[in-house]
Amino acid sequence: MKNIIKLFFIIFLSSIFLNKAHSAGEKISLLPVDWSFKGFFGKFDRGSLQRGYQVYTEVCASCHSMKYLSYRNLLEEGGPEFTEQQAKAIASNFEVTDGPNADGEMFTRPAKLSDKFVMPYANVEEAKVSNGGAYPPDMSVLVKARSGGADYIYSVLLGYEDPPEGMILDDGVYYNKYMYGNKIKMPQQLYDDLVTYNDGTPATPEQMAKDVVTFMAWSAEPHLEARHKIGFRALIYLFIITILVYFSMKKIWSRVESEV
Amino acid sequence: MSDHNYVPSSKLGKWFNDRLPLLTLADHLKEYPTPKNLNYWWTFGGILTFCLMTQIITGIVLAMHYVAHADLAFDSVEHIMRDVNYGWLIRYVHANGASMFFLAVYIHIFRSLYYGSYKAPREVIWILGMIIYLLMMMTAFMGYVLPWGQMSFWGATVITNLFSAVPFFGEGITNWLWGGYSVDNPTLTRFFSLHYLLPFMILGLVVLHIWALHVPGNNNPIGIDLKKPSKDTVPFHPYIVIKDLFALLLFLIVFAFFVFYSPNILGHSDNYIEANPLVTPAHIVPEWYLLPFYAILRSVPDKLLGVIAMFASIFILVILPWLDTSKIRSAIFRPIYKQLYWILVLDVLILGYMGAMPAEGTYLLIARVATAYYFIHFLIILPLLGKREKTLSVPLSITEPVLGGSPNPQMIKKKELD
Repeated sequence: MKNIIKLFFIIFLSSIFLNKAHSAGEKISLLPVDWSFKGFFGKFDRGSLQRGYQVYTEVCASCHSMKYLSYRNLLEEGGPEFTEQQAKAIASNFEVTDGPNADGEMFTRPAKLSDKFVMPYANVEEAKVSNGGAYPPDMSVLVKARSGGADYIYSVLLGYEDPPEGMILDDGVYYNKYMYGNKIKMPQQLYDDLVTYNDGTPATPEQMAKDVVTFMAWSAEPHLEARHKIGFRALIYLFIITILVYFSMKKIWSRVESEV
Repeated sequence: MSDHNYVPSSKLGKWFNDRLPLLTLADHLKEYPTPKNLNYWWTFGGILTFCLMTQIITGIVLAMHYVAHADLAFDSVEHIMRDVNYGWLIRYVHANGASMFFLAVYIHIFRSLYYGSYKAPREVIWILGMIIYLLMMMTAFMGYVLPWGQMSFWGATVITNLFSAVPFFGEGITNWLWGGYSVDNPTLTRFFSLHYLLPFMILGLVVLHIWALHVPGNNNPIGIDLKKPSKDTVPFHPYIVIKDLFALLLFLIVFAFFVFYSPNILGHSDNYIEANPLVTPAHIVPEWYLLPFYAILRSVPDKLLGVIAMFASIFILVILPWLDTSKIRSAIFRPIYKQLYWILVLDVLILGYMGAMPAEGTYLLIARVATAYYFIHFLIILPLLGKREKTLSVPLSITEPVLGGSPNPQMIKKKELD
């Protein structure tokens, strides 16, 4: 009986393992990136965040909104940490509608730090009609909204290829090696020297993809650095108090003939 | 409650205690005689109390910032994550806290199954526990709907649609649940209201659960009745308090790891996409803790029978004290039951795995076999086994086996070390 159970266990475990291995083999593995924000002490690379903002605003922002970000976030701790003057200058490049004023009229004014990022389209319908029926998703939480996260988005940005033979694509549909279903309505965006980085970093597609995805990862999780920092302290504290409680417990239980 | 007479030392204490015997209650809780051989599987009761309080406290704070409206809910959650001071921490504790709560409750239930804690005279404790578990599942399900992401919306649609399988009244019931003709704003607002209400009902049931426990006292790893208080017991404070605290801290380390270093790993990425009634996600899956039931639901080809099977799988647990006919509580002295117990654990894990997989081909076949086995275990094996199994001889007290008087001293010793 025991042997039968053991055998059953082994078969089950190996079948799960095989299954996992099988399904992993079918999926294309994403491009590997060494993200600075992964791991116990992970932090965002400030330079990368600032460059990422530049890529976003010069390339992506014409179609993709980031509605949960405000211009003030750009200078907050744990983010791109632009100076206040830089952030104010960035904000003032955008026009927002405000009002009504004392005359009951709406008016436009340059954006302030407290304003949300200006959206490229007035509404979803306008976004769709301008993009061949596809809605460019809001990028604020996109990294958390896709399985594969930052790796996935990085891979999609660089995954444009000629379609395999025999695959016929409609107009305005592109082949992408990493996109779910391999079809994407966004054409390839990143080409060499599309933007000019102020800090002299060469603007290769890989560099731009890495920077903009870092920016998106921050936007999806703006308190990530605080989380890692507090988490590490919390764990240290828990370890110490656990050890102390363990010895107290041993001491208390030494009064009775029983083990803990 | 307790039969000892407690007299407060201070005059004021005595005056108060004569009018409301809270101090007697506190003294009872402190002195409550507890078997001294309880292993760490018994610490999950305390851990669960902690989980419930954590969920209630973080939940109350979240409710101060959350907006229960179909157009605003998703934005308000992002507001909590971004602009509320430590909102990200409170929300991640609450979201992962639900998973930790279920992890603990499953260990607690399976501990009870192994050591026969559901048997006489503890049937009422067990049934109260099952009602708590049922309310927990309802609360967690409705809580998952509140962020109004894609999985929230479609999960709510799938689960509420189950009631449409009810003959004649199905459509009426679903429309009544939704407050309309589909999952929409009225559904969200009522789920929010109930999600706030149910935890307090759980809290009330937990009080009853503990009260019912304090009548016969704890079961223990060797599953025998103890004289209380005696050499076999220790007072709850400080012995059990410090031990529970130690276990809770270990539990918190795991908890903290999830909250701070992989807060979204137990959730589904689609739930960071705002609910859209026009776009169905590729795979609609519930949270991990509901997967075994989801697998049972899907493994029955008929919708109504599937729903019945799913509810029956829980109801079977309620009547378990009468399905298991064995007089011996602990699996330590039931060699065959012990093996079947582990097969059941495996079976439930298989069901959970199959619940996450698409219901087709081999997956569906395995899910069906596992579903059938689940019912066979409780409905056929347990009633028969209790009557036929040759059990090992049970020691008369906890101290006896330790002193070497039992026919299986090794085994008991080993169990105690656990």
